[in-house]
Order: sequence, then structure tokens, then C-alpha cells
Amino acid sequence: MYTPHTDEDIRRMLERIGVGSVDELFARAVPGEMLTSGGFEDVPEAMDLASLIKTMRALSDRNTASCIGSCFAGGGAYAHLVHPAVDQIISRSEFLTAYTPYQAEVSQGTLQAVFEFQTMVAELLGTQVANASMYDGASAAAEAALMARRVTKRNKVLVSEALHPEYRHVIRTYLAGLAPEGVEEVLTIGYAKDTGATDTVALAGRLGDDVAAVVVGYPNVFGVVEDLTSIAKAAHDAGALLVTATAEPVSLGILEAPAVLGADIPTAEGQALGLPVSFGGPGVGLFGCSKKKARHMPGRLVGRTVDTRGKNGYVLTLAMREQHIRRERATSNICTNQGLCALAVTVHLSLLGPEGLREQALMSAANAHALRERIAALDGFEDVFDGPFFNEFAIRSKRVPVADLIEGLAERRLLAGPALGRWYPELANVLLVSTTECLCTQDMDALVAALREVGR
Amino acid sequence: MSEKKPVDTRHRAVRDVVRHVSFDEPAVFEKSVPGRRGTRITPPGRSLPDPGAWLPEAMIRKSPPGLPELSENEAVRHWVRLSSWNFCIDHGFYPLGSCTMKYNPKVNEAAARMEGMARLHPYAPESGAQGALELMWSLERALACICGFDAFTLQPAAGAQGELTALMMIRAHHRAQGNPRSKVLIPDTAHGTNPASAALNGYRSVAVESGEQGILLAGDVAKVMDEEVAAVMITNPNTLGLFEREIRQVARVVHEKGGLVFGDGANLNALMGRVKPGEVGIDVMQLNLHKTFSTPHGGGGPGSGPVGCVEKLTPYLPVPRIVRDEDGSFHLDEKMPGTIGRVRSFYGNFGMLVRAWTYILAVGRSGLGDVSGMSVLNANYLMTLLGGLFHRPYDGTPMHEFVLTDKKLKKETGVQTMDVAKRLLDLGYHPPTVYFPLVVQGALMIEPTETETPETLEAFAGALERIVREAGEDPEVLHEAPHATRLGRLDDTLAARRPVLRWTPGDEEDGNAS
Repeated sequence: MYTPHTDEDIRRMLERIGVGSVDELFARAVPGEMLTSGGFEDVPEAMDLASLIKTMRALSDRNTASCIGSCFAGGGAYAHLVHPAVDQIISRSEFLTAYTPYQAEVSQGTLQAVFEFQTMVAELLGTQVANASMYDGASAAAEAALMARRVTKRNKVLVSEALHPEYRHVIRTYLAGLAPEGVEEVLTIGYAKDTGATDTVALAGRLGDDVAAVVVGYPNVFGVVEDLTSIAKAAHDAGALLVTATAEPVSLGILEAPAVLGADIPTAEGQALGLPVSFGGPGVGLFGCSKKKARHMPGRLVGRTVDTRGKNGYVLTLAMREQHIRRERATSNICTNQGLCALAVTVHLSLLGPEGLREQALMSAANAHALRERIAALDGFEDVFDGPFFNEFAIRSKRVPVADLIEGLAERRLLAGPALGRWYPELANVLLVSTTECLCTQDMDALVAALREVGR
Repeated sequence: MSEKKPVDTRHRAVRDVVRHVSFDEPAVFEKSVPGRRGTRITPPGRSLPDPGAWLPEAMIRKSPPGLPELSENEAVRHWVRLSSWNFCIDHGFYPLGSCTMKYNPKVNEAAARMEGMARLHPYAPESGAQGALELMWSLERALACICGFDAFTLQPAAGAQGELTALMMIRAHHRAQGNPRSKVLIPDTAHGTNPASAALNGYRSVAVESGEQGILLAGDVAKVMDEEVAAVMITNPNTLGLFEREIRQVARVVHEKGGLVFGDGANLNALMGRVKPGEVGIDVMQLNLHKTFSTPHGGGGPGSGPVGCVEKLTPYLPVPRIVRDEDGSFHLDEKMPGTIGRVRSFYGNFGMLVRAWTYILAVGRSGLGDVSGMSVLNANYLMTLLGGLFHRPYDGTPMHEFVLTDKKLKKETGVQTMDVAKRLLDLGYHPPTVYFPLVVQGALMIEPTETETPETLEAFAGALERIVREAGEDPEVLHEAPHATRLGRLDDTLAARRPVLRWTPGDEEDGNAS
């Protein structure tokens, strides 16, 4: 469909090349026995534009759970406000249809945007430097664990059980190929059943001179804000690095920056800062560290320099760490960043400013705290954890199975979750509820009313 | 020769060039004015509590993050001005070899922004996400059919992560046979991600030189193939744009010793609808939806790197898998005993999957061969137009891209590949990929893609002819290029020697210096 060639074009081009047909040209390049005999039945026939739009619309409409009503779902993807200017800016062809900025003279828009992104991320995380972004929060945490191994030259990674289970799974997967056969290098540290925070006693008991990193969520998967100061102290006393993973980055509008509390490699998922939930992707991984450790850092970096006329400009830099130069000795195999998503975050934060982000965080947290009190007071529900939390909390349904609860909510155009039982057998009837600044009193009234009806 | 003592280079250089738009614009932080707002968050009249109501003092941020404070107008103007400094596909020809910079159809963007797609939460109940699951299931099937594989995963976020995933699957397979093995064979024409992905799986890379014809020879592979080799990693067509004619023999040599063949799918655009990698000996391969399937490159991502494989590797695919039930509904299955695990959260870069599926529906079954056909036709036409203008290191009919060098030009005029690339910017073109593949000195790797007209190719050939002519007459113009861009060549050495990786208060203004 998108080939512009007319029959006359093709004839003229073939004639110039000196070949009779496109198939003949192919025959010169590819031995005949390599050509397929066909069989493309799982590829539909081409559609006209109107039918194409209709078909995609029909698929979209079958996603009946999309957050057209009120969204109380979280667990690493959050339906925060996105300023309409963000999509307008990232839809501009100049940003959307450019490649990685290898030719710096005609990529200064992308390069300066990344430089500003790196600055904003460093500000949020409290680090000296940040990279040009990673694929998502989970792979950023895994890359941080790998980096901690390079820095400390140790192998074990202690992962909090209260870190998002999918993040834990990614860390295990990333490290699996590097461990000797039969050796488990990723170990889990449990959580305190009362507070929902990482069990610091268990952590202290396992730390030792073989541990490269401790990885915790901040806030963790239960929404609980970990006591980073004491976790960092324990890790550092044992010579290990602290890696934090923030799945809900709006929290950093009011929470102390993780590096300030002792995180050595803070990471985050940036989706909540300017991107739609989009069934879980694309998101964008945020990744920071100290200047001293920057040469161990994975991912692209943009730096400032000057041109031949002495004018300031930006380039991709410190490429000596990267795969295209160092090949098998690279810090990572990562080839690009999440360019456009990083741009969305940067545009969004430039529209929010520090005060906008703080208000977003405060409203989200205020909504969550008010809502938890109301739900816990309902017949049939109870609180699960008493640790300090941000905008997400776990609630136990005492009578109705959580699956029925979710279904009952969906019928009322409400979405909450995930159900924590999918990962934690001991939390079989526990639902995660999350709030944003977009929810108003009526939305929360509706959720409480629905839970009252469905949950008893 | 008459004495040319000329006026200044720039004066001569800027005749008939493309003028690039150029508003000066400082770093966004320098536009910040305390108290300015771009977004109202709090409803009027609502007072916000102090976070001390919920959090211990130590957990509360003491100083706000240093984000800029701008009005909406000022912020938007900043971003639009920055955008004007980028060259993009929608501006003009972008023949960046191995990157497949084809046109990114606008209907793909519209589809990805539909409410049901963009606003679907990943933990929505499956019953309310049937459209998304069906789309992903259908896309997996279509890709499997296009590549001749049994199954696909859509999870990897980019081509490089797809490679990593494929190598994890290879390792899992060998482990299940009792020995994970220790080495991976990589041709000297390979992308740098190949050895890096191998290293992340604990594999040592062994380089294999390509033969005189620029392709990998089964005999050379046989010499280094043993039972410690887990896999060979092959890009086909390779980075010289040549089809690996001995791929079946190579696969046989590798399979005989129990090894596997990994295909780097970066160049699938040349084969689509005509050659199925799974039919010529490839066991597992990553695709780049942002190349072959027209999703935008976004200035460096997000991409999407699905991985397809033959039947014996399917147990190792990442979870969750999408399953169609007997009643025609779809669900996600996390319980696959052999799985390598997961390489990212959720299910993949879904927004990119929507775009790729939209593209496949627009191109359709019978259009697949047109994509590869016209991409190969365009590459060969452009190469023919260029005739003997540049040295070509390898003969053989190229597929979707071809590689030239500066050997002849440098010898005759002293002008090098980088000069040619920078001068192309003046003439309104993005340069080809330069100095890659590494086996070719001074390489210019040109990939026109199928979405360009012959007129565009003819104009581009004309620009290269002009550059070669200028190289003979006035090489300074080329050494100092670009002349028409906002900035001249940038000092990479300075950037690396004294890294400035973020803005700090008190920095000199960017962009306004001269």
C-alpha cells in the first residue's frame, strides 16, 4: 500500500538496471530454492482505509474495561492526568519520525530534549546524573542490579518480596544466564506482615560480603513507603549497593528523593508522568547514579559540547561503554532509549513544574487516605497493612471472593486492582486500590457504594 | 591551474543548499520564572493537606525537584522550537542503512490513540480486554506466518532486547539438553548488539570472518563449530546488503553439532513475502517492528522486538503467553514450566503492536512481496544511478541496501566519508549509515526503503554527484560542511573528556551564544 511505484516507474527502473522483472532481480540476489512457496493464510487481505479504521475501532471498542469510567487500578500503571499538549508535541513529525540522533547537526531538538530529560530525572531521583532512559521500570531495575554487580564485583542480589513481582521476575530472568549452573544468585527477602514493608531483620541476617545489591520498591507493590534510610545503612555497612525501583513516580513530588536517603542506583517507571496506560506499554525506565559510577551505567547519554563555531550543542557521548564500540565488553546490550516516551515525560514535567507535581502527589495521596478509611469502615472489608503509604493500599474482602468483586466493579464501569493473590497466596482475597488526582468525590462515592453492594 | 584564492568557503558553500529553520532557544530551565504555572491541578477552593499527616518527617521531600516553571505557551513554544532543529522522515529522504527509515503511516497513529487502546489498563479483567488480546494473538500468528515460525512473543521492548530474549531461550534449550554451552559464533559483519547480548548470557563471542564475496561460508563455520557452540548469530541479508547464500549449509553444520541458528531480523524488509527465515534454517529470530512494520522511530524508541521460533524452542518463550480458548475468547497464561521468565513488565510495547497490526492490515497478504520487491528495486536502481561514483567493496546483487566506500574519493581528493555525510545535510538529505559495517573502511551504507519514489532517488544521486564534483573542485567546502545547519560539526572529544550530562543553575545559556 505504501509503495509509490507506478507500472511505468517500475518499467523504467528495471530497464535502467538492465533486468527484465522484479522477480528476475530477486533471482540474482537470492538462490531460487530459498524462495517460499507461499502460505500466508494468517495474514489478512489488504483493507481499504475506511474498513481499516472501522476494524481497528471495533477492536478498540471490545476493550470494554478501558478507563472511560473511573480508574482505581494501579500495580505499576497509573491513569494520572496527561496534559493534552504532551500528545500534540510528541506527535510532531520532527520528533516522531526521526531516528536516534547520530547526526548531531540535524538532531539538536532530540538531543537537547534528552539533556533536559536527564536533568529532570536526576532532580526527581536526587542523583548527580541520569541516563537517556531504559525500556521500562522493570528492566531498569534489572540493569541496575547488573550494574551493582559490575561496581562491587560481587554476585548476589537481594530482592525484597514487596518489590513488584513482575520486576522481581525480570531481575531473575536477566541474571539467570550469568549464574553458574545450579546456583541461585537472586534471593528474596520477605516482608513484614503487619506493615507491608521489607523485613529489615531478615535483610540484615542475609547481608554479607557476597551481596552486590539490595533491591526494594519505593513505594513498594503494596503502596507502602519503605524506610530507605535504615535499608541503605544496612546495605552500605555490608558493602552492598541499594537499588530502588519506583513504579509510581508521581510519589516523588512529595517523597524524599531516593538518592538523598541513600539509594545508590535509583530507578523508576516514568509512565505515570505523561503517558497513557496503553495496556502496559510503552513506558520508560528512569535510571540515575553518582558521577563516579557513571562509566558503569548502561544506556545512552547525551552531553553538552561546542561546535566548530564555538556554539553550544549536544551529542551522544561516553559511547565507550556501549555495545557498538565495546561489543561483548559493553555495560549493556541496550541500543537506543525510549526516545519519544522520554520526551513525553520531559514535556509533561515542563508543564507541571515542581508545584504541579507536588499538588498531583498530594491530591493522589489525600484521595487514597480518605478512601482507605471509608472502605475499611465498610462491612465485609478490612485494612491489611499499617505502614505509611502514598496513593495505593491493600484491602481485604472478608466475604466475597476478589474475582467477583472485580467483576461487580466492572459492571459499574469501575476498575480497581490488581488482586494481590495472583502473586501472594497469603493475600488471596486482597485487592490493591490506587488513586490519582483525576478522581473526584463522586468517583470515590461510586467506588464505596459499589463495594458496599458487591462486597457483603 | 588558475589560482583560486577565494572568498570564504562559506560563501561558496551555501549556494543552492537547504536552509534549516533556526530559532535560538535556551535550555528549558533558563526560561523558568518562580511562580509561573502551565497546568492547574488543584480545583479552586480545595486546600491540600500537609504530607506530614501521612508520612514520617524523614520520608518527606525537603526541597522540591528542580523542574522548570513555565506557562503553557512558553513550554509549547520551547518544544516546537526544539522540534524545528530535527531532521525527520517527513522532511525528506533518510537512507540510513540497516535502520529501514520507511514512511510511518498516519493511520497507525490514529489507531494507537483510540480510547480502548490507549486507556486500557494492563490489569483490566481479561473479559474487558478481548480486543487487545485478539490483536496481539493475531499479530503473533501473522508474524509467525511471515517468518515461517511456530510461535512468537511480543514482549521484548526493542530489537536488542529481542536478541537478549532469543539468547536466553537458546541457553534454556541447551541447559535442558544437559549443557548450556559456552560460545556463540558471530560473523564480522554483525551489529554490536550481537556480542553484547551474547555476553549478557554468559557466552563468549567467537568472530567468524566472512568470505571474499562478503558472505558467510559454511566451510569457515565448520572450522570453528564444536559442541561448546550454543549458536551462530546471522543477519540475513547481512549488513553488506547481501543475501547469505550458504545459510542452509551453515545451518546444517551448526545443527549437526547440536547448535542453534539465531537470525537477526533487522533486515527482514528485504525478504518479507518472498523468503521465510524459518524455511532456510533459522531457529529463532527477533524482529524490529519499528523497521519492517513501519512503527515510528521516535528519535530512538520506543521500538518493539518480537521473537519468533521453531517448535522445539516454544517451551522457553517468555510469559505470559496469549491463548485462545475453544469458545474463541483469549486469556493470558503465566504457567509455562520451561519459560525463561519475563524481560519486562506487562506484555510488551502494546502501542507499537497496535501500529504494526494496522500496517499489516493496510499492506495485506498480497502486498507483503511488494514491500520487499520495491525495497530491493529501489536499492538496485539507486546503486545503478550512482554507477562508478564511489568504490563498492563487494560485488553481487544487493538486496534492500548496499555499501559503498570513500576509497576512490579519498585517494583522488582527500575527501572522506564523514565529509560526504555532512555535506548531504546541506543538500537536505539525512546521510546514510557511516563507518558501518566495521569490516569496510569508510563505509557508506545506503538503504532507500520501498516508500521512496524514483524521482527522490534520482535527486539524491544528483546530490552525491554534486558532492563528488565539489570534492574535486573545492574540497574545503566538504571538509567544513555542514554550512547550512544551525550548528557546525560538534566536538565529540570535548563532550567525552569533560562530560556535562545535565543542566545546573548558573550554566551559560545554550544556543544563544552567537
